[in-house]
Amino acid sequence: MRVTDRMAQGLDAPICLTWELTYGCNLSCVHCLSSSGRRDPRELTTDECASVIDDLAAMKVFYVNIGGGEPTLRPDFWDLLDHAVDRKVGVKFSTNGSRITTAAAARLAATDYVDVQISVDGADAATNDAIRGAGSFDVATTAMRNLADAGFGEFKVSVVVTRDNVGQLDDFLALATGFGAQLRLTRLRPSGRGADVWDDLHVTAEQQRELYQWLLAHPGVLTGDSFFHLSALGEPLPGLNLCGAGRVVCLIDPVGDVYACPFVLHEQFKAGSVRGNGGFPSVWRTSALFQELREPDSAGACASCGSYDACRGGCMAAKFFTGLPLDGPDPECVHGHGEVALLAASSAGSRPSSGPGHTRRGPVPVSIGRRPA
Amino acid sequence: MTRYALHPQVGLRDEQFGALAYHYGNRRLTFLNDARLVTVVRTAAEHQDIDDALAAAGVPDGQRPAYLTALQRLHDAEILTCE
Repeated sequence: MRVTDRMAQGLDAPICLTWELTYGCNLSCVHCLSSSGRRDPRELTTDECASVIDDLAAMKVFYVNIGGGEPTLRPDFWDLLDHAVDRKVGVKFSTNGSRITTAAAARLAATDYVDVQISVDGADAATNDAIRGAGSFDVATTAMRNLADAGFGEFKVSVVVTRDNVGQLDDFLALATGFGAQLRLTRLRPSGRGADVWDDLHVTAEQQRELYQWLLAHPGVLTGDSFFHLSALGEPLPGLNLCGAGRVVCLIDPVGDVYACPFVLHEQFKAGSVRGNGGFPSVWRTSALFQELREPDSAGACASCGSYDACRGGCMAAKFFTGLPLDGPDPECVHGHGEVALLAASSAGSRPSSGPGHTRRGPVPVSIGRRPA
Repeated sequence: MTRYALHPQVGLRDEQFGALAYHYGNRRLTFLNDARLVTVVRTAAEHQDIDDALAAAGVPDGQRPAYLTALQRLHDAEILTCE
């Protein structure tokens, strides 16, 4: 049996676990997957977080992707980071950079098993700030400089590819390599607040073809297997090229609920809670939802398409939040089947919503090292 | 004499298909698809050389070349150290 088939049946523990530590954020990015802004009073306590980390260590989860919200806003963030790395649970955390001061950068550079991912969504301030808010490009690049100056090594510069920034891929690469960092590109999902901007910001069919060629020409650029739907254009992109939801991937949200992947924060894809009996290991091993996701996929409407083996029908979250059936084409199907399906879906009714979530109201100023208002 | 050992920065996790090996330094994940190979990787350092480790894991003589190739690849991937 091929490794990918084994993976499709699920693993004893996730390979790629995302843990959003808080819904609190000092930015208000228009495409935020988790609709973050305000902290939630029900967020896991420090002790509860430590006990989740202990469970992950016992399961031999190699590393956890920590995000939010802005995870560094939690006062216990640094203690939890130490708690994880002390137990050989590696931490890669995503940040907007606002707390990566020179002191924080030095501390991170001195810690093993830590990786940092700084988010930008434009290669210049105008493009970036239109998505992430005024001043956020300067904040992010200051953080990058701090990490580079501290000798951190190869951190990640993480970009969500949009219609407006897809023309800047070479500039993003230059930005990252200029700081000794690796570039990571991921796909815009219609999840969280991303649902509100997806129609305007998701890449066009022509842009997808250019992106595919660019990714083939730059195999060192990381993608988190984000663009496997593009493999239907020809030779497969590097990676597993399958939807890992509930099989190799899952998400723990700030209140401890466990979802199939970071892009489906919706009741329908909730597998359980780390606060339940047996904690996270029990959810991973016994949840009915995850058992179902580990069954062989049905190709459904894609069964007659010659590319199904390459794209596996694409991204479950992208389909779900654009109102498409899960056993049909991805909304960004490279053969255009998604556009047809979207027309049919829009006449049939409304798209599922993840609601306003924890979105704050009003403008959110940001500067490095300062406490949020 | 060749003697392998699991790289100090590598974590090994058993799975139904064999094991996953994760290198905390280069952050690369490697799949080990053979239970006997996993045993050899896990126990290599306890033996005086690789022949001894292969014998202890019950690898038949005829399959040794294939195992040695696999171990060399794991060494190239920095899953194993060699002395």
